[in-house]
Amino acid sequence: MTSTARRTTGAPIYEGTRIPSPIPTVLTTPPELEATGDILTINFGPNHPSTHGVLRLVVDLYGEDVTGLAAVIGYLHTGFEKNMEQKTWWKAIPYAPRIDYVSFQNNEYVFVGAVEKLLEIEVPPKAVWMRTLLAELNRIHSHLVWLGTSALELGAISMFWYAFREREQILDLFELVAGYRMHTRYFQVGGLAEDVPRGFYPEARKFCEWMPNAIDDYETLLTRNKIWLERTEGLGLLSRDDAIALGQSGPVLRASGVDWDIRKTEPYLAYHQVDFRVPVFETGDVYARYLVHMAEMRESVRIVEQCLDRVERMEGEPWIADDRKVVLPPRHELHTSMESLIHHFKIVTEGFRVPEGEVYFAIESPRGELGCYVCSDGGPKPWRVKFRAPSFVALQATATAMNDALIADMIAIVGSLDTVMGEVDR
Amino acid sequence: MPGLVEVVARYGETTVVVEPASIVDAALHLREAEGFDFLSDITAVDYLGWGEAGVSGYIGTPGGRDINGPATQGYQVVPQPKPARFAVNYHLLSISDRPRRVRLQTWLDDGQGVQTVVRVWPTADWHEREAFDLMGVVFDEHPNLQRILLDDDWEGHPLRKDYPIGGEPVRFSGEA
Repeated sequence: MTSTARRTTGAPIYEGTRIPSPIPTVLTTPPELEATGDILTINFGPNHPSTHGVLRLVVDLYGEDVTGLAAVIGYLHTGFEKNMEQKTWWKAIPYAPRIDYVSFQNNEYVFVGAVEKLLEIEVPPKAVWMRTLLAELNRIHSHLVWLGTSALELGAISMFWYAFREREQILDLFELVAGYRMHTRYFQVGGLAEDVPRGFYPEARKFCEWMPNAIDDYETLLTRNKIWLERTEGLGLLSRDDAIALGQSGPVLRASGVDWDIRKTEPYLAYHQVDFRVPVFETGDVYARYLVHMAEMRESVRIVEQCLDRVERMEGEPWIADDRKVVLPPRHELHTSMESLIHHFKIVTEGFRVPEGEVYFAIESPRGELGCYVCSDGGPKPWRVKFRAPSFVALQATATAMNDALIADMIAIVGSLDTVMGEVDR
Repeated sequence: MPGLVEVVARYGETTVVVEPASIVDAALHLREAEGFDFLSDITAVDYLGWGEAGVSGYIGTPGGRDINGPATQGYQVVPQPKPARFAVNYHLLSISDRPRRVRLQTWLDDGQGVQTVVRVWPTADWHEREAFDLMGVVFDEHPNLQRILLDDDWEGHPLRKDYPIGGEPVRFSGEA
């Protein structure tokens, strides 16, 4: 197991803090500029192709300079948390992946993991490794969608097609294993919903062989591309201290020189048993965030390979815990065993009960710290579910990162924060 | 620790409960003296009706299931009573120091406000606006306490337990 050494070199990204005051999330036009009468206030969004969903930015422009900015959100609010309170624990699981529809496996896992923490149930190794594998495939998927759309917004249209070509392969793998391309609902409290189909391993191997070459291709197109460098370098700066103060996490935080990854610092699933590096870059700009994403995809491929090595040897092992009060009994028992039939009926109609208590369970989603707070009163429905959405927090940094930006840079900066509006508004 | 009520450790997590009046002092103490420089999340919880109604009429006893009652529905054990209606949970994390988490918790009655922690952790801005919007918790001296996810003219706070569910009135064209 290796970890990157903490690279605490020299100069800060900028001196002091750039977080606006008194409202940390609103950039206000200076009064002397306002007095010139040349400030143009425009609505950017809510329906603009490059806002990654339905985001509205109220922007003050002085010529092409962005002098003021306020983000207005809530256009995709659908009340996930309230809905989940009305469902039994296991019927609430399908809501979780739909919150962030790009990193669905991670969202699904964070809810299931939080419930398992309350239940104190032990998950069999095959399920742990398979969850790790799918979470990492999902990380590559999420980064590909980010790469494709962000590059598209800056004019690199071909990147979108290449990224979505590989994304399609990952979705095929999800379909193979769970029957659905997205929102698979493959993680069940206690393990997996079904065993892994045999055809999955060779297909996943093929993908792992292919993917590093694909990443090389992306990097050939972008990493030293002069236009790409000019559109991303030195833009959207976020210093180490400002990033922490604004609660940034994931690639945004690691691009600001903070060596922080929950997979390393508070290992969950099988992350303490796999070998991977945490890429950290120091410059805190859009380009650094791009580099973090690219390096993370390479590391994720390595993790997937290590998981495959383990899961392949677990043929025939249980994929879900044998706790009849929580887990549905095996299908074939329903024809022969009265108890199994009763348990099946009770879990499906009433749901299982979760002991009283409250937990906060955090994982490293592709976008950063994804937390799930669940509170149970001991009954079969959640009393309260709350998601700590990394996109919601990332958007708070727009006002800080937009310092001295031009309107065209705004697209690059908002894109680099990698937000998914479904998750922002929940 | 200013205003400390109790420290609870459960499920491998530490919860520090403080008086609402000293939330800012407690937050500053945790940030400066204990190194919790990162605010992950603020979650407000409404405990109205906590432990009162089972799923379909059955309620257990504090000692466990009442074997003479219909034992299939509802609670098997009545949950512990809560000190007030609302809990506000601040999930803190230490990034610069050694990695660890703590939950800072304070209890409020309906209509009771709590000081904002925006000046301690700027990221609290939107978290507090969300708690205000969906749960109706008022954060005193917040620089911009408006609704964030719902419309500005929305009535009520949907995550409260007494908020009616099951649709909202729809106005059709041609109606007065």
